[in-house]
Amino acid sequence: MSGIAFVLVTFLSSVLAGIVGALLGLGGGVVMVPVLTLFLGVHIYYAIGASIVSVIATSSGAAVAYVRDRLTNLRVGMLLEMATTTGAIAGALLIGIVNPRWLFVIFGLVLLYSAVQMFQKRKEELPLPIEPDGFTRRFRLRGSYYDQALGREVTYEPTHVAFAFPAMFGAGLISGLLGIGSGAFKVLAMDLIMRLPIKVSSATSNFMIGVTAAASAGIYFLRGYIEPFVAAPVALGVLVGAFLGTRIMVRIRGVALRYLFVPVLAILALEMLARGIWG
Amino acid sequence: MAQGKENPPAAKPLGEMEVAVSRILRIGVLTSTVVIAFGLLLLFLRDGLAVAHVSQVLHAPPTAPAYPVSPGELLRESVRGNPAAIIALGLVLLIATPVLRVAASVFLFLREGDRLYAGITLFVLVVLLLSFVLGEAGV
Repeated sequence: MSGIAFVLVTFLSSVLAGIVGALLGLGGGVVMVPVLTLFLGVHIYYAIGASIVSVIATSSGAAVAYVRDRLTNLRVGMLLEMATTTGAIAGALLIGIVNPRWLFVIFGLVLLYSAVQMFQKRKEELPLPIEPDGFTRRFRLRGSYYDQALGREVTYEPTHVAFAFPAMFGAGLISGLLGIGSGAFKVLAMDLIMRLPIKVSSATSNFMIGVTAAASAGIYFLRGYIEPFVAAPVALGVLVGAFLGTRIMVRIRGVALRYLFVPVLAILALEMLARGIWG
Repeated sequence: MAQGKENPPAAKPLGEMEVAVSRILRIGVLTSTVVIAFGLLLLFLRDGLAVAHVSQVLHAPPTAPAYPVSPGELLRESVRGNPAAIIALGLVLLIATPVLRVAASVFLFLREGDRLYAGITLFVLVVLLLSFVLGEAGV
């Protein structure tokens, strides 16, 4: 394949990864890694390096709009980043000590179970209003944003934040240890445990994944996994895609987002189970 | 500082904070985009449309980074017009953006008189820097 064709294919699939990532609060690795390794024959190390660049580009690119549009809950993000960053360090320290195959199986099953739960919630546009608990009041986590698709201001109260902490630690742990799936687990914890509106869960996850990924990106950079010729079109394409994704997000309904989410979760779950079972 | 106390913080969205964080991210994203695009363009101008090294390099595991990893060397090579170094410099800017966002947020929360969240953000920043140190030691 000629250089220009390689750059074009990588760029265009990165645009798609950026759109999906910005909409669902994921890094886009679910799109990039298979395209690079299976279709373009790029070595897995470079694909992982490009994937981490894709996570950071999606995060910052989408957050420019989401933070301004108040879809990102900055306080929730900052608070939960305490758990994800410590989890990421714990994960990195456990490399070589814990057999990742078991973890792939366990987290694959958790993801599959969550996909079913998300499917059962597929008709939920917004969570039912609830009384804020002590934790939410103390940390002032209440938020609001203007929903363009619904044409009104939406106010929400996060709940069960203390339960979300261990889930976020787990999300950080597997991203440090396995380098996969941290965005999906973040959205799930915010949606299923904290009961945030799906758009807020996605935007806040997007905001957080950049920080979790930056920690590992430094290591990958030093090891030479971030090959400029692969990472350049990935970064540019993902940034374009993330920008498009944020424009789509404000226009669509939360339920549409859920319909997109369930199959992506199922694919991620099967991918993790496959890696756990067949190595 | 005194002004922040007049409104109950829970009811008021962090208007100023959001504008500032969004601006930091935009500057980081735009700068890195320009630098990466310039490096990629330079690569094509220098090597022509063939860019022969694609097929040779990408199918084998990395042996050594294709770019200088020390900051000084990376800057010198970029100024000299080495396309790989320029792209790598843009990628470093991109990777640094979320870290800068966290660092700036510590000061933004402090300016709003929000010590609780300044502390929380400082904790995140310290853990993040610790992970860089651990990562470097582990290589």
